[in-house]
Amino acid sequence: MMLPYPLLTLSLVLMWLLLNGFTPGHLVLGILVAVFASWAMASLRPDKPRLGKWYLLPKLFRIVLYDIVKSNIAVALIILKAGRRSHNPGFLTVELDIENHTAIAVLAVVLTSTPGSAWLEYDSNDKTVLLHILDLGNEAEWHDTIKNRYEKLLMEIFA
Amino acid sequence: MSAIILFSAVSLAQLMLAAAMAIASVRMFRGPRAQDRIIGLDTLYINAMLLLVTFGIGTGRVIYFEAALVMGMLGFVATVALAKFLMRGEVIE
Amino acid sequence: MMQAAADMPVWAAIAVAFFLLVGSGLALIGAIGFLRLPTFYERIHAPTLGTSWGIGGVMLASMIFFTVSSGRLVFHEILIGIFVTVTTPITFMLLARAALHRDRAEGNGNVPDKQNKSQIAKGVSDESESWN
Repeated sequence: MMLPYPLLTLSLVLMWLLLNGFTPGHLVLGILVAVFASWAMASLRPDKPRLGKWYLLPKLFRIVLYDIVKSNIAVALIILKAGRRSHNPGFLTVELDIENHTAIAVLAVVLTSTPGSAWLEYDSNDKTVLLHILDLGNEAEWHDTIKNRYEKLLMEIFA
Repeated sequence: MSAIILFSAVSLAQLMLAAAMAIASVRMFRGPRAQDRIIGLDTLYINAMLLLVTFGIGTGRVIYFEAALVMGMLGFVATVALAKFLMRGEVIE
Repeated sequence: MMQAAADMPVWAAIAVAFFLLVGSGLALIGAIGFLRLPTFYERIHAPTLGTSWGIGGVMLASMIFFTVSSGRLVFHEILIGIFVTVTTPITFMLLARAALHRDRAEGNGNVPDKQNKSQIAKGVSDESESWN
């Protein structure tokens, strides 16, 4: 097969052009490098992620961007008045329904890059994840955010 | 007018990033444990990378961007290797 | 700088200054929190301020500056942004797992003791906890 990973190849070409500037010569060179790199990737045989409703990706991106802005402000306020112990940090265990490895990885990246929540470890035996939350005000609310806001969407995207 | 705005904003941003680097290195020296020192190193290089990008804005030269990119990549590999060492006692098993 | 900056319209200069100050301010607040918060698991949240919108603000400022001053679309800074967004969670997760592992092995702090199954399965193969 010519191109085992079309998305990877495309993004490598884009990255090459961004770094070197757009000229026809660099376009050809970038395509060559990307095709050889995707062949090298194919010989490693990673799991191929299957995309279901990929058109929901912009919605996920918008939700995550909004949540990151919101929690940036919240965490900055907590830090600026720290010392008065205005927040209560705590651990939280959540059972997950998703099993797709790519979806779990995306969920981990989303939760960790949002300030205020950190992904500590995932146990694949009983499919639970241990999180640390900086301001664990209402445990049920956090549970609801993770299950309904992120996980449902991820399950539809990575069918 | 815009030169004054840019010059003061860039200087202020550089001051703040330098202060952030100093604070991160305080935590790196104080510890108390190895994982605190490693996150201190991580914060230090991220702030140094941001400082390089602001230098790029200040001088108007693109070369700083490439330095920042290299710094980010090498810093990531270093932090991952240190974290792996902390967990297992060796980097390559 | 002076040549490029003097030609720049005021709105662009204000936008660059705004994003630059927001980004570096968040990075500074993150570093302060990293120094002030009392426990390791709380401290791990503070630097993510710098790696989410701290990076985002500075990269946006750089993109606007070079796009306006060179007159063509420059957005290769987004590569640093994507790269840092994808890699920071990996370092933090690895470090948090290492910290959990060390705290559980030494029995200090009130760390939830959950993974007993896999802990037993792994056995006593780790002798890395003794040094600090």
